[in-house]
Amino acid sequence: MSDNNHQWPIWEVFIQPKNGSAHEHAGSVHAPDGEMALLNARDVYGRRLEGVNMWVVPALAIVASTPDDVGPFFDPANDKMYRWPNYFKTPEGIKQIS
Amino acid sequence: MHFVKRILANCNQTSNIGMETTLSVEELNKREAEFDAKIASGITIEPKDWMPERYRKQLLRMMSQHAHSEVVGMLPEGNWITRAPSLARKAVLLAKVQDEAGHGLYIYSAAETLGMDRSEMIDQLLSGKAKYSSIFNYPTLTWADIGAIGWLVDGAAIVNQTVLAKCSYGPYARAMLRICKEENFHNKQGYQIMAYLMRGTKEQREMAQDAMNRFWWPSLMMFGPSDTNSPNSGDLMKWKVKLHSNDDLRQRFIDRTVPQAEAIGLRIPDENLKFNESTRHYDFGEINWEEFKQVVSGNGPCNKLRMKQRADAHTNGAWVREAAAAYSAKKAASKN
Amino acid sequence: MSSKNALIEYCLRIADNSSILAHRLSEWSGHGPILEEDIAMSNMALDLIGQARGFYAYAATLENKGRSEDDLAFRRDAREFVNRNLVEQPDHKDFGTAIMRSFLYSCLSYLQFRTLMNSNDETVSGLSAKAIKEVIYHVRHCGDWIVRLGDGTEESHQRITDSLNDLWMYTNELFEQNEVDAILLNDGVGVDLTLLQQDWLNLVKEIFSQAQLTIPDVGGYQSSGGIKGLHTEHLGFILAEMQFLPRAYPDAIW
Ligand SMILES: [Fe+2]
Ligand SMILES: [Fe+2]
Ligand SMILES: [Fe+2]
Repeated sequence: MSDNNHQWPIWEVFIQPKNGSAHEHAGSVHAPDGEMALLNARDVYGRRLEGVNMWVVPALAIVASTPDDVGPFFDPANDKMYRWPNYFKTPEGIKQIS
Repeated sequence: MHFVKRILANCNQTSNIGMETTLSVEELNKREAEFDAKIASGITIEPKDWMPERYRKQLLRMMSQHAHSEVVGMLPEGNWITRAPSLARKAVLLAKVQDEAGHGLYIYSAAETLGMDRSEMIDQLLSGKAKYSSIFNYPTLTWADIGAIGWLVDGAAIVNQTVLAKCSYGPYARAMLRICKEENFHNKQGYQIMAYLMRGTKEQREMAQDAMNRFWWPSLMMFGPSDTNSPNSGDLMKWKVKLHSNDDLRQRFIDRTVPQAEAIGLRIPDENLKFNESTRHYDFGEINWEEFKQVVSGNGPCNKLRMKQRADAHTNGAWVREAAAAYSAKKAASKN
Repeated sequence: MSSKNALIEYCLRIADNSSILAHRLSEWSGHGPILEEDIAMSNMALDLIGQARGFYAYAATLENKGRSEDDLAFRRDAREFVNRNLVEQPDHKDFGTAIMRSFLYSCLSYLQFRTLMNSNDETVSGLSAKAIKEVIYHVRHCGDWIVRLGDGTEESHQRITDSLNDLWMYTNELFEQNEVDAILLNDGVGVDLTLLQQDWLNLVKEIFSQAQLTIPDVGGYQSSGGIKGLHTEHLGFILAEMQFLPRAYPDAIW
């Protein structure tokens, strides 16, 4: 690697598309620190009026589950269908309450 | 040879970069079979999923080439930003070339999930180890070339990228989705430039036809060699990184572009171009593959210039990147 | 000079400053130190082109001679351009010089638009209200870089110091005024630049102190005359490049 290759770390960019909605992952930028990551994110991902708020997070700070975790992490919810409203069928003859 | 050492693909979004593991041959075969099954059933591959080393390598090669093409592609058009003939055209062109920087950035980011730094990819470009699209080694001689590039080159890119947006690797597909939305603007502004020239003065019409004559064939070459001669196509198709053959995509591009040319009165510089009633496609003449080979291998009109411009930008920017890093390091140290 | 002619001249000044600085920034497209910054510089250039178009278009409407925004940008010669000489200075692809040039100008631009937002002229106040949001970002972005380069490495400190020293002789001129300013000030349309000079200095000094930079000693030649169309040699080359197509093909529509 040539010595003029000072690689800045990666930051993940999250954009809130409009007030009230959740931040969504937009992509990533390189930057030496948070302040510049934010400026870079604004310039790269805000070129088309894409949101009202931005987060930048050091990519290394994100701990992700691994594919091997899929089972233990997500399967247990499989048999708890009672967490979903459509699990509860209203008995016949009773007026629907929204 | 009982154990095969391999690196699990790592990901921007995680901290376990460089996690290494050793797998037995049986385990490896089992994983490959699982991987093939996933691909077959159309499940997207994500950075932390296990993937065959050849998949990772081929994908990385293809993605970094694509990213380099976006960035090198800024240069021929960038030439004309300071000479754009109106403020409106200047703004559009500048925004367009800026988008290409964004595309390069998106694709580099996606490629980084496969475990290679952007700086290393750039090193490979500047050392000549990595390739980029041959089209950008042709010079932009007149303003009409800007129209021709937006219309033909971005038009060809759209055909390619629309398909790539459905490819098997998640980060690449998502980057393509974002990029495709922006490419339509590029294509339209190029076509509009050509349309204005074609209804302009005699000189303008000649300028447009001349650009067409120079950029038509190189645009067709953008889809790569004919399928019979494309060394990596087989694997990439098997893994659903490529979903259609080079020839299919080239045909698709020709079919949609010829009527556009006719609509504004531009002639396609191909004696053999003719609509084939039985195939419902245009037949076309022989592509000069020798020229393609020469340009790809470094002997095009602008290869040296483009690489020099990229290398200069990189070298001239080194002190800036260093300074910003040094400043952040100082600030971080003084906080502790 | 009539109030109307003064206002036309005033709009041309703002537009010329913006379009010439945009030209300089746009030279960086494809040549930035890192992709992220390449994109940022284009964003600033795009903002400036937008500002130029707004003020050229208004000048064209006011003079009502059938000229368009493009006629004003592409068919006037160097002696008719009324930009400050700072913005036309070349940077020879030195990032620090490019950033310093934009920073020094943007600080003025920010203060000027902040006042012009309350101009009695509705179009001027409207265009200024739009521009100020953009310019605030330019000050922030460039200011951020000045601090990083000034307080980065030894090399970067030296380089940005050199850029500052080279450009400082064009800063006094930023505050030069003439009859145009007097008329517009009287009409409640324009700004008194002499009142902004101290604010400008404070703004610049605040960033420089974070960047460990000191303002050069004033002495030697000070540039003057941009608003009278007296420029450095660089403007002619900018215009030769920028205006070539409309001039070579005078009847063409692009
Ligand atoms: Fe692109
Ligand atoms: Fe592309
Ligand atoms: Fe494009």
